[in-house]
Amino acid sequence: MTVAVDAPERESWFHKNQQRIAPWLFLAPGILFFLVYVIIPVFQSFNLSLYEWDGLGTAEYVGFRNYEDLYWEWVDRDAFYVSLKNNLIWLVLYLLAIPAGLFIALLLNQTVFGIRLYKSLFFFPFVISQVVVGLVFTWFYDPTFGLLNQFLAWFGLGPINVLGNEHLVTYGIIAAGLWPQTAYCMILYLTGLNAVDPEQIEAGRLDGAKGFRMLWHVVLPQLRPATFIAFVVTIIGALRSFDLISVMTQGGPFGSSRVLAYYMFEVALSEYGFRMGYGAAIAVVLFLIMLCFITYFLWSMYREERGY
Amino acid sequence: MHSIYKRTTAALALSVALAVPAAAELTGELRIFLDTSNPAPRATMEAMIERFQALHPDLEIETTIIEREAYKTQIRNFLTADTPDVANWYAANRMKPYVEAGLFEDVSDLWAEPEIAENLASTKGAMTLDGKQWGVPYTYYQWGVYYRKDIFDELGLTEPTTWEEELANCQKIVDSGRICYTIGTRNYWTAGGWFDYINMRTNGYDFHNQLANGEISWEDDRVKQTFANWKQLIDMGAFPDDHTARSWQESVPLMVRGDAAAILKGNFVVAPLRDAGLTDDQIDFYQFVSINPDVELAEDAPTDTFHIPANASNKEAAREFLRFVVSPDEQTEINNGANLGQLPINAKSSVDDDKFLIQGFEMLSSNSPGGVAQFWDRDAPAEMAKVSMEGFQEFMVKPDDLDRILAKLERSRGRIYEN
Repeated sequence: MTVAVDAPERESWFHKNQQRIAPWLFLAPGILFFLVYVIIPVFQSFNLSLYEWDGLGTAEYVGFRNYEDLYWEWVDRDAFYVSLKNNLIWLVLYLLAIPAGLFIALLLNQTVFGIRLYKSLFFFPFVISQVVVGLVFTWFYDPTFGLLNQFLAWFGLGPINVLGNEHLVTYGIIAAGLWPQTAYCMILYLTGLNAVDPEQIEAGRLDGAKGFRMLWHVVLPQLRPATFIAFVVTIIGALRSFDLISVMTQGGPFGSSRVLAYYMFEVALSEYGFRMGYGAAIAVVLFLIMLCFITYFLWSMYREERGY
Repeated sequence: MHSIYKRTTAALALSVALAVPAAAELTGELRIFLDTSNPAPRATMEAMIERFQALHPDLEIETTIIEREAYKTQIRNFLTADTPDVANWYAANRMKPYVEAGLFEDVSDLWAEPEIAENLASTKGAMTLDGKQWGVPYTYYQWGVYYRKDIFDELGLTEPTTWEEELANCQKIVDSGRICYTIGTRNYWTAGGWFDYINMRTNGYDFHNQLANGEISWEDDRVKQTFANWKQLIDMGAFPDDHTARSWQESVPLMVRGDAAAILKGNFVVAPLRDAGLTDDQIDFYQFVSINPDVELAEDAPTDTFHIPANASNKEAAREFLRFVVSPDEQTEINNGANLGQLPINAKSSVDDDKFLIQGFEMLSSNSPGGVAQFWDRDAPAEMAKVSMEGFQEFMVKPDDLDRILAKLERSRGRIYEN
């Protein structure tokens, strides 16, 4: 009688470590592309911002000269100052898209005949290209034939040249940007509203809550994830506002509607731009601003997951 | 019948092909990159290339037409990698970055050939940097005042020649409830045209050039005089209030509707004016008036050019193509009213029978003793052009802020020209 002795199973190294390796293998393509297209360029542009380079010849190391120039532009209230200021206005006013989107979502969150049609009409501006939005609003604002001024004329109000006025132009562009952004927030809230627990509404109603109190204490807390996402996309959208400015004013009149992203493009890549290093320095500043928000977002997501 | 006709044409084509001097049969590939994306120039260029192809049947010509604005940034890429054999561009300082980076081929040898040296002499200066020529021109056009003749007649005005007449005319136009000059400064360069003219008329061509080259302070009193002259027009309401919101194309309807009497523009404005329904009896042209009688008249006449990239692979064929483009017959053909509608650069070519082209040609050849400028954004370095044209626009809106604007330009000058 022989007892079959189990030969000790020869596990391969891969087999032994499979559990630990597999996630990395799956992550590898993502990490690779993230490194090549995001992380490395971040360092590259920081490096480039220390050089003076016209994109053709040889780059000359200038240290922090580009940042110094930016500083002087700030002091002199020049282009950089204007761009930064406009970026701030964008950040603040663009957030209006969130309450506006919530309002429309609440309005549309009902079952009446044809509601799907209304929803898609409201969502429409987000589907069309930003370039089209820009063009439509350019015509809307046009001082001679624009709808806005025709409308004002009914009330005997003089034509206002929104896009040609240095004080109004940024607000005019933001208004154009809010149109699609509101639609985006609306969609986020509409999906969020689907997930609102009807039992809690019921319970709230039994306790006598209605109207604004119901919204504030029962519905909104349940919409927190949607609010968070709406906040993130709106902030990012405001910081990277570029297409509307490019289509509607090209930064004008005399540069008063620039934001950092557009200024960077102008300096480095546009028809008259040959200053790659300077553009990179602006990009670094923009990146640092974004970093503040990104850090905040990541931190609050982390907190969420920890369950605080 | 039909076949006979076919055979004769074939024979004819053959004999024509044989008649062409087969001096150097060109072979290989010739890649041409163009920015002539508008319909008329596109057709013109394609037809011209076909004619060149017919002369050199063994040459494989490949033409790529890139949208005009996109071309301005793409040229930086395609001159360094995947380079064509011929590319078009603009004269003067606008080609400087590529010349300095060694990306354009030195074609001084072409300019030494008598055929080109004699007939293209007038544009040689615009093609010269560091004492060498870097390409050949293929077309240019005059700038000046295009005005509504019917409005001038109605108000009893005549073409002005002096600044006083100009101001008096403009006052009458303003009094009639119109504006003197339509302009759309959303394209900053439109204001650059005004600066070009008023500065050249106030301080002369040489001063203007020195300013473009950064040799003169923006806070110089002579520069301030230019702006003071400009301000006279602004203060009397010569320009539309909402010019910052309009592109130049959007400024043209003001003139078509008769709300504006004139426009300062290049000859390319004639086509949209005619397309809008104005007849040649309603529009006419006059040379920008003299301001300071002590300076000679000088004009803006931007020149468009062909270049051979330094990295081109078929430079022999490219040179032949350049010779072909500037030849008298081709110049007559491509610049006629049915094609580009501009002025030929070859002295032996004939100017098309078009009243604006004829007037422009006469003005440039006989009444521009001071010199011919390219245009502000081609004469000044790109960065300075950008900053200053923004300043011009701001000045047109806030003429009282001149000192602050000039201080800003002066700071930019300090930075831009230091290298």
